[in-house]
Amino acid sequence: MMEILSALITGIAQGSMIALIALGYTMVYGILKLINFAHSEVFMMGAFIGLFAITALGGTQAPLLAGVGGTLCAMAFAGVLGVVVERVAYAPLRGRGRGLSNTRITPLVTALGMSVLLQNLAQLLFTARYRNYPQLLPIEHTRKVIFVTAVLVMIGLELFVKRTWMGKAMRAISMNAEAARLMGVKTSRVIAITFVTGSMLAALGAVLFCLDQSPVYPTAGVVIGTRAFVAAVIGGIGNITGAMLGGLLIGVIGELTKLTPYSGLQDVLVFAALIAVLLVRPTGLLGKPGTEKV
Amino acid sequence: MQMVASVIALGALQIGCGKKEGADAGGANRNAANAAEWKVGAYLSLSGDDTAFGTDSKEGIELAVDEINKGGGPKGKPLKVLYEDDKSKPEEATNKVLQLIDRDGVIAVIGEVASARSRAGGIVANKKKVPMITPSSTHPDVTKDRPFVFRACFTDDVQGRMGARFVVTDLGKKKIALLFASDDLYSSGLATEFREEAKKLGAEIVIEKKFLKKETNFTTYINEIKAASPEIIYAPIYYNAMAPIARQAKAAGVPGSMFMGGDGWDALELVRDAGEEMEGAYFTSHFAPDVPWQNSQDFVAKYKARYGGRNPSAIAAMAYDATRLLGDAIGRAKTDTPEGVRDAIAETKGFQGATGTINIDAERNADKPIVIVQIKDKQFHFHSAVGGQVPPK
Repeated sequence: MMEILSALITGIAQGSMIALIALGYTMVYGILKLINFAHSEVFMMGAFIGLFAITALGGTQAPLLAGVGGTLCAMAFAGVLGVVVERVAYAPLRGRGRGLSNTRITPLVTALGMSVLLQNLAQLLFTARYRNYPQLLPIEHTRKVIFVTAVLVMIGLELFVKRTWMGKAMRAISMNAEAARLMGVKTSRVIAITFVTGSMLAALGAVLFCLDQSPVYPTAGVVIGTRAFVAAVIGGIGNITGAMLGGLLIGVIGELTKLTPYSGLQDVLVFAALIAVLLVRPTGLLGKPGTEKV
Repeated sequence: MQMVASVIALGALQIGCGKKEGADAGGANRNAANAAEWKVGAYLSLSGDDTAFGTDSKEGIELAVDEINKGGGPKGKPLKVLYEDDKSKPEEATNKVLQLIDRDGVIAVIGEVASARSRAGGIVANKKKVPMITPSSTHPDVTKDRPFVFRACFTDDVQGRMGARFVVTDLGKKKIALLFASDDLYSSGLATEFREEAKKLGAEIVIEKKFLKKETNFTTYINEIKAASPEIIYAPIYYNAMAPIARQAKAAGVPGSMFMGGDGWDALELVRDAGEEMEGAYFTSHFAPDVPWQNSQDFVAKYKARYGGRNPSAIAAMAYDATRLLGDAIGRAKTDTPEGVRDAIAETKGFQGATGTINIDAERNADKPIVIVQIKDKQFHFHSAVGGQVPPK
């Protein structure tokens, strides 16, 4: 019983971290109908920058300064990186591909290419060695911080999207980009802000993840990125609350699997859950059917 | 892009070969007696997940090559090692060994550390009848039924059994937990051998947890193991998974001294990142910088002098031994062909290496002592040596 309880707690912490990453996928998809595969690499780059910043700021000697400062540095860097990726790889295609039949598939392939490029760039710049974060906080506290941060971020993001002009602009683009542009919404600026927000959240998730579970290496984004993507889809891609829900679900399923003798089948069960959810609700748990207007 | 580049490179090479050696039928006259040097290939994980293994191996090989060539080299010709990076992937290992043999015409191949990659490379080397020697792959399958594949280390059968004997007999622990990666050949192989021998010696496996090797969150496993109250946890996994395990174990109130591992722990990263958490842990290995044998101490001194005072890892020591053993075999070979070198390696007896005296047995494995290492004050310390003889199965 105790083990189940502690597995639930670990699962919730793990799930809220996955949810933080899933937000990036969901926001970009919600607006551009683009699956940004490079998102997991923004996560990884954020983790690296966070590590360097934390080390530079004194690491365990000044845990509060290093932790907060490191996280902010990582978020700032990831925000810039996110926009650069969007401006270099996606925006030109959007401009040129207008009216062509393959407008959805080309950016998707570019996103995959961007992902591979960033992975190899990281390998070149930082080498493939595993690097562990210094322990700024005991792990049990880190997990509380993760959960609280994730909940606060979700609430903040929900408010941002529902209550601000920028959020309204995002929703407008999501409904009909062309009409929004005609109504005077600066689409390219709004899209950039979406990428900045998603990437900053990925970096926040990355630093928290590494403080909790240590190693960062050039392919570190792949495993968590896949899970986050699944979480976004389970929750209903494009839906912010759905991402949180999907993340928690995956985190808890994963941890509960570990209690069984079939712990080696963790990923099998996660993906089985994905298929099961999609069979019953093709748009995901909270996704609304028919919102997609093409 | 990569493919285009390598095709161009291959083309250029073929042209080069044609000019130099005339008609080279698929590298048939490789290492002819009149060649100026002994070409030896080394395929290593110089990038990817196990980079530390690859770079450590390379350092050991370079040190050995310099030493061999200082005396003029085997039969008066210097040894030249061609390095290939297999990116820590078995499929790349296959490609690289094929390249080294077909394109470069090497007389022998050195590599790898991870058994999955040595096995992949070994299949190719054996098929091409070029001797391969792995410095540190311990999985039994690597050399099994492959007359051209050797190793300069003990096998996991022996390591797992010796580990169990040490835990049960020397430490007197009877309640044991197992924690290992089920999708990793090395980890699950070692766990199997350990489990059988421990049971035979009268110990009880109170709990067994398997994880996937990309896992980073171990809290649930650790809590469950803790609830089963074992006296020791046998965790035969690689160092990069062990650091997060040790940290999360400490947070859950499981101290480092509760852990026992295998030679996959043997990377300095482990003590750098989780030295404090691992205090008191033991593992079976090939070498420690303070092994009290003369040859080992000579090697440590040479390594430190060359690499800025750093202590060598076991991986480096074994790569050094494997390279020197190969150099020795090339010097003793009756014919200067891959077959001749193979026979000479097979006949190796009483080779004085940095990791102990090596005899190559009939199964092409090294019969040599196993070192028990303890982690103390964030460093690897020699604890004791077990055998040289293989315990009966």
